[in-house]
Amino acid sequence: MKRLKDILSGIYIGFIALILYAPILVLIVLSFNDSRSRVTWGGFTLNWYVTLFSNKQILEALVTTVILALASSAVAVLVGVPGALGIHAMSKKKYKAFMTLTNIPMLNADIVTGIALMLWLVHFIPLGFGSVLLAHITFNIPYVILSVMPRIQQMNVSVYEATRDLGAGPVYSFFKVLLPEIMPGIISGFFMAFTMSMDDFVITYFTKGAGVNTLSTLIYGQIRKGIKPEMYALSTLIFIFVSLILTAFNVFSEKRKAKTLKEYENY
Amino acid sequence: MNENEVRSSKRAYLAGPYALWIAVFTILPLIVILKYALTGADGHFTLDNMTAIFSPIHVKAMWFSLKIAVGCTVFCILLSYPMVLAMKHLGLGRKSFSLFVIILPMWMNFILRILAWQMILSNNGILNLFLTKLGFEPVQIANTSAAIMIGVVYDYLPYMILPVYTAIMEINEDLIEAAKDLGAGSFTVFRKVIFPLSVPGLLSGTVMVFVPSMTSFVISDILGGGKLQLIGNVIEQEFTTGNNWNMGSGLSVALMVFVLISMAFTVKNEDQGRESVIW
Repeated sequence: MKRLKDILSGIYIGFIALILYAPILVLIVLSFNDSRSRVTWGGFTLNWYVTLFSNKQILEALVTTVILALASSAVAVLVGVPGALGIHAMSKKKYKAFMTLTNIPMLNADIVTGIALMLWLVHFIPLGFGSVLLAHITFNIPYVILSVMPRIQQMNVSVYEATRDLGAGPVYSFFKVLLPEIMPGIISGFFMAFTMSMDDFVITYFTKGAGVNTLSTLIYGQIRKGIKPEMYALSTLIFIFVSLILTAFNVFSEKRKAKTLKEYENY
Repeated sequence: MNENEVRSSKRAYLAGPYALWIAVFTILPLIVILKYALTGADGHFTLDNMTAIFSPIHVKAMWFSLKIAVGCTVFCILLSYPMVLAMKHLGLGRKSFSLFVIILPMWMNFILRILAWQMILSNNGILNLFLTKLGFEPVQIANTSAAIMIGVVYDYLPYMILPVYTAIMEINEDLIEAAKDLGAGSFTVFRKVIFPLSVPGLLSGTVMVFVPSMTSFVISDILGGGKLQLIGNVIEQEFTTGNNWNMGSGLSVALMVFVLISMAFTVKNEDQGRESVIW
C-alpha cells in the first residue's frame, strides 16, 4: 500500500514537472534548430549562439532588462526596508492602513496599474527608461515589504532596546543588531523583486513609450513577424545561468543549515 | 511616555519616503485614471465610459474573462493539492530543491513559453504528433478557449502551488499523527486536519491566480488566435489601435471595481488567518 502510494506520488510529480518543463524543452530545442521557421527541423546548429552576440537589438534589450531589474530592486530595498521598519512601529490603525495601501499594486490587475502609471507619468516626464524604472520600483516595493515584515515581527525587539540602553547609537545598533536579523528577508525580497522585474511585460509595455525595449517587449513585438532564433539561444543561456546560480545557492544554504544545526547540537 | 516609546514613535518616520512614494506613484495614478474614466473626449464629465462595460460586446468579454478566471483558479487548486501532498509524502517537503524546481520555469520569458505552447497545441503540433504516433485521434484545440485555459493554468500554477505548499508544510506533524492514532484514515486526515489548516495558503493562491488570469491579454492573444477576447484584450486595444484613452480608462476602472469587490471577501477571510503566506 505504501509502495503504491510512493509510485503514484512519483508519477504525479513527474506529470506536473512535464507540464512545467515541456515548453522550456521546446524552446531549448529551437535554439539548436538550423531553420528560421518554428515548425520545421533543419538539423543541429550552434549558429544562433554565435550570431546572438552580434545582434545589437537583442543585446541592448538584455542590458536594459538587467539594469532595470537591478536598479528597481535596489531602490525598492532602499525605500521598502525603512518603510517596513517604520510601519512596524506605527499604531495598529495606521499599520493596517499602510499594509492595505501596500497590497494595492499586488491586488490590482497589471493592466490597470500599467495604464494608471502611464496616464500619470506622461504628464511630467517623457515615456522611456525613466518612466519604466519608476513603474518597476512601484510594483517592487510591496514584494520587499511583504518579505521583510515577517522578519521584523519575529525579531526580538528587546535585544535592540538593550543595546540602545547600554549606550549604542541608533546607527550602530541598526547595523549590528537589526540588519543581521532581517537580512534573510531583505535578500529574498530583493530576489523576488528582481525576478518580477525581469519577467514583467504588461506594466513595461504601457509605460515604455517608443524607443526603449526590454526582452519581454522586444519578444512581443516579434510575435507577428516571427521570433528571431537568437532569442531562443539567449533564453536558453539565461535559463542555464539562473539554474546554476540557484543550484549553487541551494547547496550553499543547505550546507549552512546543516552546519548551524551541528553547532546547535554541540551546545 | 518612556524612552522606548519615544524611540518607537520616532521610528515611524522611517516610513516617510515610502509614504511619499505611495502618494505619488500609487494613489495619484489611480486618481488620474479615474479622471480620464469620468471625462469624455471633449473634456466634460460623463459616466458613459464606465457604463460602457454593460454594452453587449463588453459584457461578452467580461463573461468570458470571468469563466477563464474561475476555471483557471479551480484547475490550479485541483492540480496543486495532489502535487503538494505527493511532495510531502515523498519527503521532498522541507528541501528547498523542490521549490526550486517549481520556481525555475519562471526564469524563461513567459511570452516565449506561451509561444511554445502554441507550437505544442497547434493542429499539426507536437501534441498531435504524439497522439497520432500512439494511434489516437488528433485533437483540434488550437485557437479555442481550451487552449487559452491550458495557457493560463500553465502560467499561474506555480502561484497556487507555492502558497499551498508553504501552508501545508507548516502544519505541525503531531496533529496529523494524533489524528491517525485516533483512527482517522488518510482522507479524513486530509478533510479534517490538512485542508482546514491550508486555507490561508489557498486564499493567497486564489488572489494571485484569479486576478491575473482574468485580466491577461497576451496569453489570449497568442493562444486564442486573436478572435477570442478577454476584457484585457478589449482595454489594450482601446489604448493602442482604438486610441480612445477615456474609454480604456473607464473600462479599467470598472474592471478594478469588479476585481476589488470579488477580492474583498477573500482578503477579509485571509486577515483572520495569518499576514501573508504568498511565498
